[in-house]
Amino acid sequence: MNKVFPNKAALSADLKNNPMLRAEIRKQRVGASIRYIILLFFGLVMLYPLFWMFSAAFKPNHEIFSSLSLWPKNFSLDGFINGWNTGTEYTFGRFFINTLYYVVPKVILTVISSVIVAYGFARFEIPFKKFWFVTLVATILLPTSVLLIPQYLMFREMGMLDSYLPLYLPMAFATQGFFVFMLIQFLRGLPTDMEEAAQIDGCNSYQLLWYIVVPMLKPAIISVALFQFMWSVNDFLGPLIYISSVEKYPIALALKLSIDVTEGTQWNEILAMASIAIVPSIVVFLIAQNYFVEGISSGGVKG
Amino acid sequence: MYENKRLGLLYISPYIIGLLVFTAFPFLSSLIISFTDYDLINPPEYIGLDNYRYMMDDDTFYQSMGVTFAYVFLTIPLKLAFALFIAFVLNFKLRGIKFFRTAYYIPSILGSSVAIAVLWRAIFSLDGLLNSFLGIFGVEAISWLGEPVFAMFSVTLLRVWQFGSAMVIFLAALQSVPQSQYEAAMIDGASKWQMFTKITVPLITPVIFFNFIMQTTQAFQEFTAPYVITGGGPAKSTYLFSLYIYETAFKYFDLGYGSALAWVLFVAVAIFTAISFKSSKYWVFYSGDKGGK
Repeated sequence: MNKVFPNKAALSADLKNNPMLRAEIRKQRVGASIRYIILLFFGLVMLYPLFWMFSAAFKPNHEIFSSLSLWPKNFSLDGFINGWNTGTEYTFGRFFINTLYYVVPKVILTVISSVIVAYGFARFEIPFKKFWFVTLVATILLPTSVLLIPQYLMFREMGMLDSYLPLYLPMAFATQGFFVFMLIQFLRGLPTDMEEAAQIDGCNSYQLLWYIVVPMLKPAIISVALFQFMWSVNDFLGPLIYISSVEKYPIALALKLSIDVTEGTQWNEILAMASIAIVPSIVVFLIAQNYFVEGISSGGVKG
Repeated sequence: MYENKRLGLLYISPYIIGLLVFTAFPFLSSLIISFTDYDLINPPEYIGLDNYRYMMDDDTFYQSMGVTFAYVFLTIPLKLAFALFIAFVLNFKLRGIKFFRTAYYIPSILGSSVAIAVLWRAIFSLDGLLNSFLGIFGVEAISWLGEPVFAMFSVTLLRVWQFGSAMVIFLAALQSVPQSQYEAAMIDGASKWQMFTKITVPLITPVIFFNFIMQTTQAFQEFTAPYVITGGGPAKSTYLFSLYIYETAFKYFDLGYGSALAWVLFVAVAIFTAISFKSSKYWVFYSGDKGGK
């Protein structure tokens, strides 16, 4: 260590001779420890329920609430096996795949439409641009429940009830203002000289969008895709209104069904399936967490 | 910035179509539907203001509205205070800050899912995790989801538990506060608390405001947690307004009254947001160099 910090000897000599400095350093160390204790304490309190849920999934039913331990005394896979088979004629895997049937199109459509619209807003003169931009912000703040009933009637009229279309079709039209807004903010922060140079070289606006803007927007696009993925997987009200037959149920409805049906609740099965349900989200988050943090803070701070 | 206006319009045309078809049209239609009696089977019948008149005498309406505001006023200050506090602690250059940021953020990613609502039921049910924990200290089992006050507390706690996204935004804002300001204050002998209240908080008021608006709009629309955890009970103590709208329209198929309720919620939220924006002039400070974009 002394090789790395050649001044350390001198510094420690200095420390011995300087009680003020020593007191200051001690104070800082105490401060840091207090902060760590606070962070650890709240972190544990917050994450304990999640860890407990994962461990409960491996416990037999009678053990779940009788001990707080995170380590199963009687290790059992019954929760997963019985839970996976569900009380219906379908396995939980079916509900998983059902979820992907609308989450994947939803993410793709959101990304494509939001990028195109954000590009238009950020780079073009548009008639009544201010007005359109205000409507964009207004839709972010609009409580969606005021749209729910007429939208339902509309999709009913189009014969789309009990299909996944009502869940993702609106995304083809950049209806989630939040994402457009996020991308506009990001685009405004990007320098335009590359685009100008390419324009002089004879690129038209589609080529600019595809070859220059989209590559530069990549981090923001990934953020949009990730947020939309999480929100869609978690969405409950949408499927609840539009999906009525069990064979089309996504995870969210299947889980709700499982706690409704069983009186004398089989908690190990339910918690096992709830654990499986959140694993994809956790994995995606852990792999790509920087995009979440960037996405959310750029929308908030630069706005 | 490109001159061609028609091209710009073409690029934002998906948005304009979406706005008209999926937002503006339904928005106005629900107002029209709110003047009708409509059950999906018989054609809608115009009844004027009857739905609104009925609402005036509807106990569930008052109960639900009260519960919703109570919920918003309980969760938002708690959530924001907690988010700011943890962000403040994280902002000291500690080792492992990334680890803690991740740990605190995970609940916000998962929080609105049915899986977590199910977990909450397992925690707060009569023979659930919390009661087993309290049992160690000899506390008798409490009916967390069976007593109105406790049920509200349980549902509220789930929202507060998801303070991570607000925290991440606060943290980014705190990191952008110039260090020189603190150094100057330190020389003047300011305490940590003074620095926090006199420098940090005023500088990040725009972000506090942003978080406040985003969180309240979401909280007014909360549905999944109360629907799955308590079903709105006991005695409608957690019967948030979106539950009332949903059940009126999609369980009892009274679409006219459901639309009227939705419009009243919209007006309430709009007034609340307008007041927030008006008040922001007095407590939100935009520094000169940031606002010029």
